Amino acid sequence: MTIESFLQNLSNGISLGALYALISIGYTMVYGILRLINFAHGDLVMLGAYFAFYGVAMFVLPWWLAFPLAILFTTLIGIVIEKAAYKPLREFPRINLFAAAVAVAFLLENLAIVIFGGRPKAFARPAFLDQLLKIGNISFVSYTPVIIITTIVLCTVLILIISRTKAGIAMRALSKDIETTGLMGVDTNRIIMFAFMLGSALAAAGGILWAIKFPQINPLMGVMPGLKAFIAAVLGGIGNVWGAMIGGLLLGVVEIMLVAFFPQLAGYRDAFAYTILIVLLLFRPNGIMGEVQAEKV
Amino acid sequence: MKKISRNHILTFAFLLVFIVLLILAQSFLNPYYKRILNLCAIYSIFAVTFNLVFGYTGQFSLGHAGFAAIGAYISALLTLSPEQKAVNFFLQPILPVLENLQLPFFPTLIISGLGAALVGALIAWPALRLRGDYLAIATLGFSEIIRVLLVNMQRVTNGALGLKGIPGHTNLLWSWGWLIVCLFVTKRLVDSSYGRAMKAVRDDEVAAEALGVNLFKHKMMAFLVSCFFVGVAGGLLANLISTIDPKVFQFFLAYQIVGITVMGGMGSLTGSVIAACLYTIFLEALRPIESQFTIGSLTIPGIPGMRMVLFSIILLLVILFYRKGLMGNSEFTWDGLINFFNKRKKKPTGYSSGGTQS
Repeated sequence: MTIESFLQNLSNGISLGALYALISIGYTMVYGILRLINFAHGDLVMLGAYFAFYGVAMFVLPWWLAFPLAILFTTLIGIVIEKAAYKPLREFPRINLFAAAVAVAFLLENLAIVIFGGRPKAFARPAFLDQLLKIGNISFVSYTPVIIITTIVLCTVLILIISRTKAGIAMRALSKDIETTGLMGVDTNRIIMFAFMLGSALAAAGGILWAIKFPQINPLMGVMPGLKAFIAAVLGGIGNVWGAMIGGLLLGVVEIMLVAFFPQLAGYRDAFAYTILIVLLLFRPNGIMGEVQAEKV
Repeated sequence: MKKISRNHILTFAFLLVFIVLLILAQSFLNPYYKRILNLCAIYSIFAVTFNLVFGYTGQFSLGHAGFAAIGAYISALLTLSPEQKAVNFFLQPILPVLENLQLPFFPTLIISGLGAALVGALIAWPALRLRGDYLAIATLGFSEIIRVLLVNMQRVTNGALGLKGIPGHTNLLWSWGWLIVCLFVTKRLVDSSYGRAMKAVRDDEVAAEALGVNLFKHKMMAFLVSCFFVGVAGGLLANLISTIDPKVFQFFLAYQIVGITVMGGMGSLTGSVIAACLYTIFLEALRPIESQFTIGSLTIPGIPGMRMVLFSIILLLVILFYRKGLMGNSEFTWDGLINFFNKRKKKPTGYSSGGTQS
């Protein structure tokens, strides 16, 4: 493989990994606090992409208005899901919460099929994201650096929120121990909502960027990225935001490189992430960044 | 002692009548109704086996679609005639080993079940050592891997084209017969000491382990029994619908099974069967709402997928407001039935059975 095509694949892998990272943060935050795999998270990715699509195609909004609005609406839906479906079940055995998450995912997917239509739609990239750039011999489309830069910006903001603001500190405290944190005077419901808000917003942003990179959207488009982002979260050590970013990046790069080096395996690309997951569960179940923790009784 | 034998006699009598009814239905019912009844039994097996893992052992497995796919493909490949295989595999020839292989239906189903259980063991071995959450993702991921493999292993599975012309061996006796076997095995299992250990694992893993329950062993046992019957049900399904392709076994199938089981009541086999039958029948009965209809001057074109939206809304409502589901964790028993009638005789007004329809 020439160095040019290697770099080209690398940039491709990094941009894919950036998307996984964005999506997996939502998983890891919710899991860290509620120990819940939010199966509906992948569908928020889909909703983000569809809202952006309708904002541009139906309401003829400029992209800089449509995209933030799409993120806003998706975030609202994320909050509604948390309030309506997860919050009432928090006191019950976790298996109920699980079932609720599956039901929400099922509902969102089916609603999307009915409302948006089952047929894939073509997502129109804003013109400035559709130009072919060339640095030396490496050519790439302009959305690649935009995806990477947007992700870096969003992740920095998130890290700042988590480490510097009161809500962020409360969030980290919640993931250690919900009850005690509540006793210390933290409004746990608000903080959990806040975590869902951040996660949904990032998922929506990830969905829009995903649609820019793969401009064909369909009601089930969120499922695969969702599952893989979850694997990325496990890879990085679930519950750990840094881990989610690193895991996402790693998964994206490795996935693209695998296909680049072994083109005959291209058909098996989707299976690869799960193989990683299973091997990981066997040998390092706490992920790269995860600390070994004893289960609380 | 007397009471037990009465119940046994009732069960035997019921089974006998039931089998006679099945034979009558098989010979006189029209194919459309027979198909629905067959689907009822197959979905019941799915729900009962899922309940064993989910409702009784507290493990969340989303791999049913994958295990059903394994069973279905095995049974399809073993029952297709060599001529049909030649017709199916026109893009690439089938592997020579499979070319002339054809078995009767019963051993085929057993192999389907064993195949699914074997693969289930491979997946569960790493996943079950960890907490339940990982099992959900690992099994869901695994069933997607299976789908990817089915699409890519052209010479074994005929890829995305699927397999056509599978002989329709499945009839009511096969499907309901297997359901009865499955119910019997599951009921015996959950009532045994193993079953009690499983329930302990469900209620509190740490406490169960402290009391000396081998977590891994009991989770694995529930999981493997479940996989076996899912494989069999997959085999039955393939021989019922006679055309299978990887799309049939998407994760949607797993979600539906979760839904059916939750609605029937986690921890009630009776509930699973009732919910599965209701689900299958309602899904057929609601077919018209997906075709075009008119309200006033508004013509609503057929909305494909509307039934599933309804189903998922009902499911969510059940989870939120009626967690017990149809049956909670109670089972149908002859004693219960007799008590029910006795009570009704005594006070004829105002008694209704606990379960309401979801």
